[in-house]
Amino acid sequence: MSPLLEVSNIRKSFGSLHANRDISFTVNAGEVLAILGENGAGKTTLMNIIFGHYLADEGTVQCAGRELRRGDPRAAIDAGIGMVHQHFTLAENLTVLENTLIGTQSLWRPMLSTGDARRKLFTLADQFGLEINPDGYVNQMSVGEKQRLEILKTLFNDCRLLILDEPTASLTPQESNGLFKSIRKMVSSGLGVIIISHKLNEIIKISDRIIVLRAGETVGSVRTADANKRQLGEMIVGQKISRPVRRSSRMFAPKIELENICTRKSKSQVANLKNIDLTVRGGEIMGVVGVAGNGQQSLAEVLSGHGRPTSGKVIIKGVKALEYTPMSFMEAGVAYIPEDRNNDGIVGDMSVWENAVLTETGNADLVGRMAMVRTSRCRSTAEKICSANDVRFQSINQPARLLSGGNIQKLLIGRWFARAPEIIVACQPSRGLDEGAISGVHRSLLAARSGGAAVVLISEDLDEILALSDNIIVMYDGYGSAAFENRNVDIATLGMMMAGDGFHAV
Amino acid sequence: MIFDFLEVLVNAGFWAATIRIACPLLLATLGELMCERAGVLNLGIEGIMSIGAMVGWTAVYMGADLSTGVMAAALIGAAFGLVHAGFTVYLGASQHVTGIGITLFASSIGYFAFRLLLPSSTTPPKITAFQPIDIPVLSDLPFLGEAFFQHTAFTYLAFLAVPFVLWLMNRTPFGLAVKVAGENPMALEAQGIDVLGVRTLAVIIGSALMALGGAYLTMSAFDAFYFGMVNGRGWIAVALVIFASWRPSKALLGALLFAGLDAYQVRAQQLAGAIVPYQFFLMMPYLLSIVAMVVAAKSTRYPKALLTPFRRGERH
Repeated sequence: MSPLLEVSNIRKSFGSLHANRDISFTVNAGEVLAILGENGAGKTTLMNIIFGHYLADEGTVQCAGRELRRGDPRAAIDAGIGMVHQHFTLAENLTVLENTLIGTQSLWRPMLSTGDARRKLFTLADQFGLEINPDGYVNQMSVGEKQRLEILKTLFNDCRLLILDEPTASLTPQESNGLFKSIRKMVSSGLGVIIISHKLNEIIKISDRIIVLRAGETVGSVRTADANKRQLGEMIVGQKISRPVRRSSRMFAPKIELENICTRKSKSQVANLKNIDLTVRGGEIMGVVGVAGNGQQSLAEVLSGHGRPTSGKVIIKGVKALEYTPMSFMEAGVAYIPEDRNNDGIVGDMSVWENAVLTETGNADLVGRMAMVRTSRCRSTAEKICSANDVRFQSINQPARLLSGGNIQKLLIGRWFARAPEIIVACQPSRGLDEGAISGVHRSLLAARSGGAAVVLISEDLDEILALSDNIIVMYDGYGSAAFENRNVDIATLGMMMAGDGFHAV
Repeated sequence: MIFDFLEVLVNAGFWAATIRIACPLLLATLGELMCERAGVLNLGIEGIMSIGAMVGWTAVYMGADLSTGVMAAALIGAAFGLVHAGFTVYLGASQHVTGIGITLFASSIGYFAFRLLLPSSTTPPKITAFQPIDIPVLSDLPFLGEAFFQHTAFTYLAFLAVPFVLWLMNRTPFGLAVKVAGENPMALEAQGIDVLGVRTLAVIIGSALMALGGAYLTMSAFDAFYFGMVNGRGWIAVALVIFASWRPSKALLGALLFAGLDAYQVRAQQLAGAIVPYQFFLMMPYLLSIVAMVVAAKSTRYPKALLTPFRRGERH
């Protein structure tokens, strides 16, 4: 019997960039194939070729022995291929049911039939453990729910091969576990699954076989049972890479203190801050953990001057903050690495060099009299920042949005660190980055700490928090726990607290 | 004095006028709404209404019957919609620039053709336009009959466009595809549907509706064609789409509201013209529209992909 999917000699370039070179593999029914690789290794391009979004320069894709029409998603869907894109392809203003129906009925039918679809959706949801409300609007759903919907959409089209592109990138650990359970159910019912990721631990847990891509080429192919984690890690990056280790360091006086901070309720369902007390000293990394939406964002906003508390005090280096503006906090020495780096960190359509000096409008070296920007000095400053932080780009004039996530983050960190900040507020600084970039970010934060800066690290990645923080607080429903010393906590307790254990009844 | 102003509201003639004034606005607003729901702003609306008015009128003047005239107007609208879609959807050109270009071109070519046809007439000739039809039984009702059931066939057609667009947008697979094309075209592409085709068809249908809005002016209201007769109704429709939050039922409400204000100001002028300058009343519908827009726009949510061209196979 021919395999479910057979990909032969795929080659694709974008201009001078070789995204895929001679890639071949097969997937059988009832197995999970993982494709591992760093950002930019060509994983998504490969999937987009299989699904027909892109035209390959060379090579063929066969599904159950028959060659697929090139560059036509419809042909892929009809052949039983379903794809969950990393950036969800959902219409936010429509309901779950409507999103499921897109493309399932001829556009020329005079009536959209919904009854059968609703039944089928319920059956599928039940069969694969993908709980969903068919009449809910997508813009009110969590990331996990949206992903369940995307998977249901593919199952609704009777897919036999499911492609998941970075499915766990923005899921909580619990949601990831739920996803893996569903994947196992699908596999046991005879589907084939391709999962793309750069998270080694997860891949080893879920997959049967692993293919590693690097710079567009297949560099390894192993059965998961025989795989060695360290070896895989080296295959992915092409060299040995290790995350930096936190060593004990001296702590100084408090750099930033919150006293009894409360914030206004926001319209979204995100929790507002309730009586938060927090002290972060120089030379300390304070880890803030919690399930998304429990007030971490508001905390970051108060700490960086983006949000004004309704009551309470913010004390920076012993002085009470009078003004809550990003500018005054910046001048007091605060650096803010936002969670949504693409929208809040950079201006995507402006050049790399402009983004590198974006915070320096008050710097007389770079902005001369009459507010004239000294372009050449700005460029050389930007070049210095980029080379010191290993930001890789094709041209310093290219729009910043074309940089990879890791390079954008390194640019942001470099820009802030050039100001020698004393307080650093970092929100999900390594989310969506590959291993090389993550260790770079961690190194920068630890370097700032040993230089005497106070670091607030807000993250949903427990491993990251435990690796970097000196002290840890848990947030739940806008309340903050007391700070624990890192060496005194265990993961089970943290997990319970993240679920609300130990916080007074609300 | 106050009573005089209130009395206008219980006058059947006022309500009948409101209905008449609302028709072209309603058709144009529904047309613009179709285009924008698909992600394409169509600023060609003013010109498309103008050429629709001219072609519909000319067809009848040349001897065609009224329904053929209506069809001709819709067809010329669809043709200009195809041009707009060709530039904005397939070539990814600026929707603002293309739309304004189409408005300038369509209104000028319409008037040019009209002049070639009737080089010497100074007073615009009239056609035998749609005549009022009394709806049996209903038209005999006191007050309601005169206000709502003694209108022309074109008027009833304009109001039937509301359920038509509601059905198209909310009950058909095509309407679902249109809404997705304007929200997240990638979601259509990922289901193997031709985004560009869906957008183009929506713009064509929308533009045909706009042209009908223009044709209403020459075929059911003024019975003649003259230069500049659309007189900004297209731009009002663009604003009404936002007022309506891109929903057909609220478009009906918006068109009626604006038409009601317009009908009211004419009557208010007669009542108070001696005390207050008439320009003040002329201004009122626009002023109140701005107020309504400000209130309505607070909670409004644009189709996310409005103004964004879609290109296949590009890295996003």
